[in-house]
Amino acid sequence: MEKRLVYADNAATTRISETVFDAMLPYLKDQFGNPSSIHTLGRSARKAVEEARCKLASAIGCEPAEIYFTCSGTESSSWALQGFVSAASRPEHSVHIITSSIEHHSILNTCEALRKKGCHITYIQPDALGRVPFEDVKSAVEEILLTENTGPERILVTIMTANNEIGTLQPVEEVARWCRQKGILFHTDGVSAFGQVPMHPADSGISMISLSGHKIHGPKGVGALYISRNCKIDSLLYGGAQERDKRAGTENTAGIVAFGEAAAIAVSNIAEKNTYIAELRDRLAENLLAIPGSRINGILREGLKNKPENSRCLPGMLNITFEGVENESLILALDREGICVSGGSACASGAIEPSHVLKSIGLSHEDAGSSIRISLNEENTEEDIAYIFKHITQIINRLRAPSPF
Amino acid sequence: MKERVLTAMSGGVDSAAAAALLLEQGLQVDGATIKLLPDEDERDLSASGGKTCCSLSDVMDARNVSYQLGIDHFVFNFTGAFHEKVICRFAKCYEEGQTPNPCIDCNRFVKIPLFLKRAALMGYDKIATGHYAISEYDEGSGRYLLKKGVDENKDQSYVLYAMSQKELAHTLFPLGRLTKPQVREKAKSLGLTCAEKPESQDICFVPDGNYASFLTEKMNVSCCPGNIVDEEGNVLGSHKGLIHYTQGQRKGLGISGGSPKFVTAKDTATNTLVVGSRETAICKGLIASDINLISVPDLKEPMVVTVKTRYKQKEQQAVIKPCSDSSVSVCFTSPASPAAPGQSVVFYTGDTVLGGGIIKQVF
Repeated sequence: MEKRLVYADNAATTRISETVFDAMLPYLKDQFGNPSSIHTLGRSARKAVEEARCKLASAIGCEPAEIYFTCSGTESSSWALQGFVSAASRPEHSVHIITSSIEHHSILNTCEALRKKGCHITYIQPDALGRVPFEDVKSAVEEILLTENTGPERILVTIMTANNEIGTLQPVEEVARWCRQKGILFHTDGVSAFGQVPMHPADSGISMISLSGHKIHGPKGVGALYISRNCKIDSLLYGGAQERDKRAGTENTAGIVAFGEAAAIAVSNIAEKNTYIAELRDRLAENLLAIPGSRINGILREGLKNKPENSRCLPGMLNITFEGVENESLILALDREGICVSGGSACASGAIEPSHVLKSIGLSHEDAGSSIRISLNEENTEEDIAYIFKHITQIINRLRAPSPF
Repeated sequence: MKERVLTAMSGGVDSAAAAALLLEQGLQVDGATIKLLPDEDERDLSASGGKTCCSLSDVMDARNVSYQLGIDHFVFNFTGAFHEKVICRFAKCYEEGQTPNPCIDCNRFVKIPLFLKRAALMGYDKIATGHYAISEYDEGSGRYLLKKGVDENKDQSYVLYAMSQKELAHTLFPLGRLTKPQVREKAKSLGLTCAEKPESQDICFVPDGNYASFLTEKMNVSCCPGNIVDEEGNVLGSHKGLIHYTQGQRKGLGISGGSPKFVTAKDTATNTLVVGSRETAICKGLIASDINLISVPDLKEPMVVTVKTRYKQKEQQAVIKPCSDSSVSVCFTSPASPAAPGQSVVFYTGDTVLGGGIIKQVF
């Protein structure tokens, strides 16, 4: 097999699609107007932004007025939490956030910052397969309602739709419905799930969803926050009246146009795409499991093909531990063969830190440091899978052999 | 095909110049920075105003200078190994009443072997570092030699004495034949951003130099006050906890009057610090174990060598002799400055490192 580039890190980011790229180009060049300007160039940019808003709204079945563009998924999540706390805080009452320990850092670190400001944070632990139990969320909230004399309006529940490292889907609709009954706001980080899991926030009563462009073949630097009409949060950024006075800052017109385009494509054939991707992923998983000391992390451990569990995980996600194999070595050696995968989350220096998600679901520090994440999408092929399998096998054999030094 | 070399880049001027020199020699060079401390520890350190050797800003410096040189740059996370092989050993050594040398452990267990292993995996033929030392192959003996760097003030052969033949065969020290001013000049002439960067100081994971509080607070090493006694057992005063003292130490004992007193032993069993006169503190000899030999395959006969028992120290003449248990006894030909168990002793013949080991016992 000849050396090739195999991109299997689609949970980190995706290749921008040609269609999306073409759609955004005019707004980087001739159509450079500021959407807030009333002249022709400005109006043309405004039209593009609003059309993109409509596309994104229809992708998740909400009203355009419920979509607020931001510059990233992180900004969206951070805004949702901080905006809620700011709106709900009263000097005499504290605010509670219930979340899980396997959220993205945009949630976890925002929660930590809010905790330092006096907010109460409850972290729900997932089970060994990475599921955040609905019952645990429920009882945590009920306990707060009972014992702390806190009104539901001062509680926010935030649970991600799908985990970005192991792919496990969370019972967000169930939690959202229950929260709606109780009059509690529910936010979900939908960044990893968007385009792979159909979203209907209005049906289940999800109050807010964070979304990002670059995970669905859009460009980096654009995200959105869905905020249900019934949900009122404060702004994060103050300034101009953009985004209906909720998110100041001149619109990233090209990015927003691209995001709208990418969203429309992403939700157009979810079922078909998912079947194809899951088949590839399952085949790769079966092959890799033949390597001694290998173990799948997350819900897929329960079984691959034709199992109902299959739909409890993102289709392209495969997180796997190879006992005694340092993931950083494996990833750098795979890179030499043109294969892009990842492990854990990058720390500030750019080195890999063992994943907090894997540690949360019970992996030891060492096993978490011996795990890699392969994330496939519809652009991957049979050849890619064979190539990945061949090289992982070879490299692991080398890594497990006694060191030549 | 060009030899592929991965240079260990600390973000400082030495490693940057090392990479630059290898590029000039026409080698294919890339750089990598090893990350030794977890992010949260680094945050603590920078909050306390400390400066570590492989901090975030050093990684950025290393990356930027790599881009300036037009080479690729990686970051390797060796925090786990560093914690186990350097920091934990550091604490254990103090607990046992010895005085460790973490820089040597870092080179011996982390910097050289893990870096080399990683580089080999990534298809590099050799690694390079910015150490001031010379490695060369000796046809006559068929061995790779480690020699002192020509800059007497900077020579770092002492911290590298534990290198194996295979490690030496695959490691380049491009700065060995240069002086520090020449290296700075080189970096300046290339316009490297780090040319004026000051030297790193102290133990990198204890940048404020207060290793005693590091040991007690972070590593749960116990530190209880106890008695200071003379060699006859007379109590002369009290100490703050044995980890605060090193064998041979004179200052800071808090004993007033009489002739100057030196630490001659740390008795961890009774938590006593034993002090004596200059005469009793003077080192006549020592036993070293964990021996690594470089210029010779083994030590069969007694040999006259020069030795260092600390990094910044003038060499002293001594006779080394193999003991039955693979340790080596060192007898100084004239009374030497105090040496502390846990530190390394390195043997030289001229400018060449014969080998070295860890001091177990001093007499």
